Amino acid sequence: MTPLQGCLLVSALLFAIGLAGAVTRRNAILALVGIELMLNAANLNFIAFWRYGPNPEALSGMMVVIFSIAIAAAEAAVGLALIIAIYRHYRTVNLDEIKDLKG
Amino acid sequence: MTWIAQNLWLIPVLPLAASAVIAVNKQRQRKLAATLAIGSLVLAFLLSLCAFSATLLHHGDNGVFREVAGFNWLQFGGQWLQLGWVLDPLTAIMLVMVSFVSLLIFIFSVGYMAHDENFMRFFCFLSLFAAAMLGVVIANNLLLFFICWELVGLTSYLLIGFWYHKPSAAAAAKKAFITTRIGDLGLLLGMVWLYAETGTLNFYAAGRGCLEQSALAAMVTHMTAAGMAVSTAIGLLIFLGAVGKSGQLPLHVWLPDAMEGPTPVSALIHAATMVAAGVFLVARVYPLMSAHPEGAAAETAALQVVTWVGALTAIFAASIAVAQTDIKRILAYSTVSQLGYMMLGLGVGGVAVGMFHLITHAFFKALLFLGSGSVIHGCHEEQDVRKMGGLKKFMPVTFATYAIGMLALAGFPLFFSGFWSKDEILHSAHGWPVSHVPFYFGCAGALLTAFYMTRQVALVFFGQYRGGVRESAAHSQSHGINKPSSHEDSHAEPHESPAVMTVPLIILAAFAILLGFVGTPAWPWFDGFLNGTPAGFNFSRLTEGGTLGLMLASAAIVFAGLGLGWWLYGKRLRKSVEEPDVLQVAQPAVSRLLENKYYVDEIYEATVIRFNAWAARASDFLDRWIWGGMVLLVTWVTLGLSRLSRFTDEFVVDLGFDTGCETLREGGSELSSWHTGRVQTYLRVIGVALVVLVLFLIWGRKS
Repeated sequence: MTPLQGCLLVSALLFAIGLAGAVTRRNAILALVGIELMLNAANLNFIAFWRYGPNPEALSGMMVVIFSIAIAAAEAAVGLALIIAIYRHYRTVNLDEIKDLKG
Repeated sequence: MTWIAQNLWLIPVLPLAASAVIAVNKQRQRKLAATLAIGSLVLAFLLSLCAFSATLLHHGDNGVFREVAGFNWLQFGGQWLQLGWVLDPLTAIMLVMVSFVSLLIFIFSVGYMAHDENFMRFFCFLSLFAAAMLGVVIANNLLLFFICWELVGLTSYLLIGFWYHKPSAAAAAKKAFITTRIGDLGLLLGMVWLYAETGTLNFYAAGRGCLEQSALAAMVTHMTAAGMAVSTAIGLLIFLGAVGKSGQLPLHVWLPDAMEGPTPVSALIHAATMVAAGVFLVARVYPLMSAHPEGAAAETAALQVVTWVGALTAIFAASIAVAQTDIKRILAYSTVSQLGYMMLGLGVGGVAVGMFHLITHAFFKALLFLGSGSVIHGCHEEQDVRKMGGLKKFMPVTFATYAIGMLALAGFPLFFSGFWSKDEILHSAHGWPVSHVPFYFGCAGALLTAFYMTRQVALVFFGQYRGGVRESAAHSQSHGINKPSSHEDSHAEPHESPAVMTVPLIILAAFAILLGFVGTPAWPWFDGFLNGTPAGFNFSRLTEGGTLGLMLASAAIVFAGLGLGWWLYGKRLRKSVEEPDVLQVAQPAVSRLLENKYYVDEIYEATVIRFNAWAARASDFLDRWIWGGMVLLVTWVTLGLSRLSRFTDEFVVDLGFDTGCETLREGGSELSSWHTGRVQTYLRVIGVALVVLVLFLIWGRKS
């Protein structure tokens, strides 16, 4: 097994765990945690393909990942803010009960 | 213009208003109805007297006093249709006669109809009738004349059918209406033609009327296709109307049947006034009838027709009257016969001769009818003369007045009006240059008249009372209410009528005698009055020109008739109801012919009515099967087309559309069930899809 393959395997595992979390969790915050996990799995792929790719001298992979993490931070902030707003409105963060677009 | 001529319209309008007021009132107000009807007629009578005196006092420019008034009624095209009235001696004498006789009959009716439930309706119709008849009399316009004439026909229909629950009365009313309608058609055609020829329907209008010189001269010279002067053709058409209304041959059949109405109606309409309207019409349009070119014979074709129809009717109806057994039918045929005399008089002698008989006849025939009404009333609604008899001692007043009427009708010499008026007709007929046959007809009719009246009086008033006790008892059930209790024990016997009925009889009887003296040859006042010439009193005229001889001859005829009647019926009085008539024993065939009225009704039944029924059936067939079939066919085609259209609409157009819609709706609802709104479900689907995609990519690359 090459190091790339090991990285990809970890990444795939991480993505699968994230997906399972996002799909199965009733709590909106935990679903958000699942999404973050999937995002990080993608980031791991970026790093792995950059590091073991044909051109590791250029800092392209690192750049993309840092950029992505910045976006993820912003996204987490927006997501949490949304969850708080939803909680205030519905008095719950159970995703099964939040299914109507109308308030 | 005199005041009365200006306001002549009031005379018919008063009874008309009374009729209207009665019509809108409740059914039980008998007193009100009688008061209104009689009161309005009294006023009309007084106004008529005013009109009469106005014609007596004033004299026109060229002899005859005549004043007209009118108004524009409606406009069509550039012309105005005018209605108007005329006051001349003819109008005045008729006004007095109609209103006076009607008044007496109204009073009589109060007694006669006292127990009828529809007393109000009766007086409403009577008033309407009087209004219409007075309207006929005053009309100065053939249109107004025609309107009133038809109103008279309508009221006649209503009154004949007054007891409409009796099928015979309803049938008689229809018969009268339809038969007179045939004549009225002629009158209408004549009227239209007259308007086309002269451009006016006014009788007199200061030289522009259709009965005045200029219009007549134009019509005399104008020829129709058949070589007949237009005036003659129009005159004949108008005479057809008179034939219908006055019951002349061959349209006389309705008049005897009209006796189904209440007796005052028979007296008023079918003796005194309405049937006289036809004679009056001929008298009114006499200038038209007699119009002839310079130099031609004065006996125009129209007048000859009038003469012949009158003469034939006179003898024809008189012979039927001989064999009748219903007291009112005898009088009805007598009326037809006397109307024939009037027509004869108009044809041969002019207006004065015919009108004189009309006036005298109106009085004594009203008297006879009211007398028969009194008899019928007294005999508990019995009309068959065979079941009467001996009434002289039960009803003395009725007997005395009836005898006067009978003698007047028979033309008993010197003292009765009928003698003078009939004599004048016979005298004129004798001098008629065309033919002597009408004179002989008239004489024969006079003989028969005296004969059948003697027969009737002998059967009704002499001998012993033949009314069955059993029947009288049955009748007393219905009549017991109206009799005073003192009569309770004598129900079976006839009783004298109350004063309200006998007083009019006495008044009429007085006039039946007195009226004759205004038209004797010695003092021809009536003639002078109508023609606008003063009449002198001159006994010598009695002996001039064969007058005396004729008078003696006609008196001899009358005596022969009376004697024959008395010899056959008075000498050996009828003992029982079933006993056959003397005539029946002597001449069974003739008697049967007369009893069945020469089978005229049967002939009409076999020809006109059968043809009519056949035509009706043919029309019915055409209507039902041909025209109706076509209509049905069109209906069916339309129906089929619409069914097809509906089918296409429902099962072709709508079905495709509906299916599309249904599919869309179901698809929509199916899809909407996927939209649960649960984000995680969507994510799950995405996840599954991703897995599928990955698997596909892996497997796809391999293959």
